[in-house]
Amino acid sequence: MSQIDTHHDQDEIAHFGFWLYIMSDCLLFAALFATFVVLHDPAYAVHGIKEFIDLKFVFAETMFLLASSFTFGMAILSSYHHHTKKVMFWMIVTMVLGGCFVAMELYEFAHLIHEGNGPAVSGAMSSFFALVGTHGLHVSCGLIWMLVMLVQLAVFGVNSDVQRRLGYLSVFWTFLDIVWIFVFSVVYLMGAL
Amino acid sequence: MSWHWLFGNLTIKELAFLHNPIIAPAFGMMILAAVTVPLVLTYKRKWTWLWTQWITTVDHKKIGVMYLILAFIMLVRGFSDALLMRSQQAIASGNMGYLPPHHYNEIFTAHGVIMIFFMAMPLMFGLWNLVVPIQIGARDVAFPYLNSLSFWLTVIGAMLVNISLGIGEFAATGWLAYPPLSGIVYSPGVGVDYYIWALQISGIGTLLAGINFIATIVKMRCPGMTFFRLPIFVWTVLSASILIVMVFPVLTVTLGLLFLDRFFDMHFFTMGMGGNAMMYINLIWIWGHPEVYILILPAFGVFSEVVATFCKKRLFGYNMMVWATLSICFMSFIVWLHHFFTMGSGANVNAFFGIATMIIAIPTGVKVFNWLFTMYRGKIHFYTPMIYAVAFISTFAVGGMTGVLMSVPAVDFQLHNSLFLVAHFHNVIVGGVIFGYFAGFIYWFPKIFGFKLNERLGKISCTCWVVGFYVAFMPLYILGLMGMTRRMSHYPADTGWQPFLIVAAIGSLLVAAGIFFQFVQIVYSVINRHKPEHACESDPWDGRTLEWSIPSPAPFYNFAVTPTVSDIDEFWEAKQRIKAGEKIVKPVYRAIHMPKNTGIGFVIALMSGAIGFGMIWEIYWLVILGVVGVLAAWILRSFDTDVDYYVQPAEIRKIESQALPEGKV
Repeated sequence: MSQIDTHHDQDEIAHFGFWLYIMSDCLLFAALFATFVVLHDPAYAVHGIKEFIDLKFVFAETMFLLASSFTFGMAILSSYHHHTKKVMFWMIVTMVLGGCFVAMELYEFAHLIHEGNGPAVSGAMSSFFALVGTHGLHVSCGLIWMLVMLVQLAVFGVNSDVQRRLGYLSVFWTFLDIVWIFVFSVVYLMGAL
Repeated sequence: MSWHWLFGNLTIKELAFLHNPIIAPAFGMMILAAVTVPLVLTYKRKWTWLWTQWITTVDHKKIGVMYLILAFIMLVRGFSDALLMRSQQAIASGNMGYLPPHHYNEIFTAHGVIMIFFMAMPLMFGLWNLVVPIQIGARDVAFPYLNSLSFWLTVIGAMLVNISLGIGEFAATGWLAYPPLSGIVYSPGVGVDYYIWALQISGIGTLLAGINFIATIVKMRCPGMTFFRLPIFVWTVLSASILIVMVFPVLTVTLGLLFLDRFFDMHFFTMGMGGNAMMYINLIWIWGHPEVYILILPAFGVFSEVVATFCKKRLFGYNMMVWATLSICFMSFIVWLHHFFTMGSGANVNAFFGIATMIIAIPTGVKVFNWLFTMYRGKIHFYTPMIYAVAFISTFAVGGMTGVLMSVPAVDFQLHNSLFLVAHFHNVIVGGVIFGYFAGFIYWFPKIFGFKLNERLGKISCTCWVVGFYVAFMPLYILGLMGMTRRMSHYPADTGWQPFLIVAAIGSLLVAAGIFFQFVQIVYSVINRHKPEHACESDPWDGRTLEWSIPSPAPFYNFAVTPTVSDIDEFWEAKQRIKAGEKIVKPVYRAIHMPKNTGIGFVIALMSGAIGFGMIWEIYWLVILGVVGVLAAWILRSFDTDVDYYVQPAEIRKIESQALPEGKV
């Protein structure tokens, strides 16, 4: 390529940019965590947060999300070997697992609202719904993204663009896992104590 | 029959411009402009030109120019608010003046929001876009399409604020919309919703721009351009971008929670039910304090470039300047509480934040001395940017010192929410940020447009601005000490405040003259751009940094050949080397990789505007349309593989030989 003037590695720049976005998202969650920690005081909840936490349920939820990260890792590994079919298979598995996580979260929310512990009840519940809900919204966006990637895989196969985007998606998905571990610890474990 | 499904809460009653005698003419002007511009475009058959050359452009220079146009329009809008306030206060001594209190509250809110978000920020992004890539030897920013999206999101935010003038109302809460006042109980109207959505949409644009510029500066410097050879302006942009990426997510969360409070009756910031309004005030200032440094740091950068260029000396203490910038960048995160010393944090917390605030003055002082020492024994050329620089140094020193005064919590208890504070922050924002960006605008104008702005008109405008600033704001310091609080629409006559407020109003008229002459300067210079006094070569100011090494106006690919850097002020050093007899190497042109234009950024921004407007008025079909539109545009773009092209050497040779006939450096 000696006929082309000095050119930056566009992939490297894009990866760097995506990491910057992830860091900004980290700050977004930091603000939500701070809000939860300040507002979660059970004194203001109609029922204390402690009363409605079902650790077994949340544990199952967590396992779905963690397992989905593993299966997504499998998808990435297959993409290195350009096995389009295998990548799609593992992506679908990941989507099913992620979908189960979102479904369980929605069930939990519906249950809480039904029990009279909705987000409008108190500052504590508002901050709970905002923090957990924002994470859930991120996971849902991830699922839509996977759907788009499935179509791209079907149309383009594993080309360099698709591979790069799978890389971003994997960073995003892992990031959501890590955030969830904090949600699990700060909201559910500490709340249950 | 109900039309709610179609228009939401928007009814004829909400069209304020129909029945408010003050708003009607202003909004009428806006509608007139909104009708005239398309008509002119159609008549002149310019729609294709507008779409292909501007709306879909990903060229950082053109996006920069559009940011500047937005900034100057919003300057007029924000400044008319200022004139309304100054005239109201000059009159309303012992009477109600001519503006009803609620309308007055909307005006000072709109003034603050517009001036910070839609005037100062676009002015800043305009200069970043114009200059940063060409100062680091790059062909564009890291993500050109994202850059266009950022710009259009900012435009949409500005449009929402302006629509609120005639349709519905704007927030009457002050520019940071503190709850519980901004909560649904005390602000049931759409004003705060306009505020929330305008800032959310433009805030996302700002965040993306911050990411874009960090990536540009970290990853796209030309060979040899190490971090400690970067022009100071680039350093300040990097610092400000880091601040943006760290604090704008917090703004998004804060406004998001306020929205949840208002829309879903949640209790983040309400008075009862476990809400905590102080949480909002902390969060908004965790964003808000770094925000003022986001604005001022690049202005410091502009002055560093301007002072070095017009004193014909390398900037005094380059390394010191970098470390001062970085320490201000860091310190700006740990001073936010000084905005509310009086709100019950306790003596120890106040002491910490008070001392941190005093410490932040030290690196700022270092910078002031660096500029002074650069001027010392320099060969100073008093072009308009340099006059702004001198005006800045003295004005900013005054503003900085009143800031240090207020950093003492005990003093702040006296001055909190008084006009002393208003005078202080205008002192640093007008005297620092605005003077800085105006200097930068005049300084870099020839690089983008290929001709200079008129010097004489520039000096007249600069004089009006500087004198007008002092006449308008020095009385406010005195009034603050006399006990006048901010945001008063009227006051008793026996306070004796009126004479000072009349002086301040005269000052605002002087500033108005300054703005008027700025527009005259631009129009006059455009008309007379071919006259010799406006002519400019590639390097009109005998500049020091890489941007002056390329033709003016800069070609769309910026550098025909990627430059190599071996020193601070590379271009200046290169000129010295050539004077000393170094031979000019004939450039060998190679194909240049460039991004293609795209309208996706514009479409996504427009659809975001639909979401915002729909949410404000609860027009749900519009919201759904917006969400689907954003997603569809975004996804479609990801399927587009035809996003770039190559400029061939023959074309580069042609453009370069036209721009630089004698084959100069």
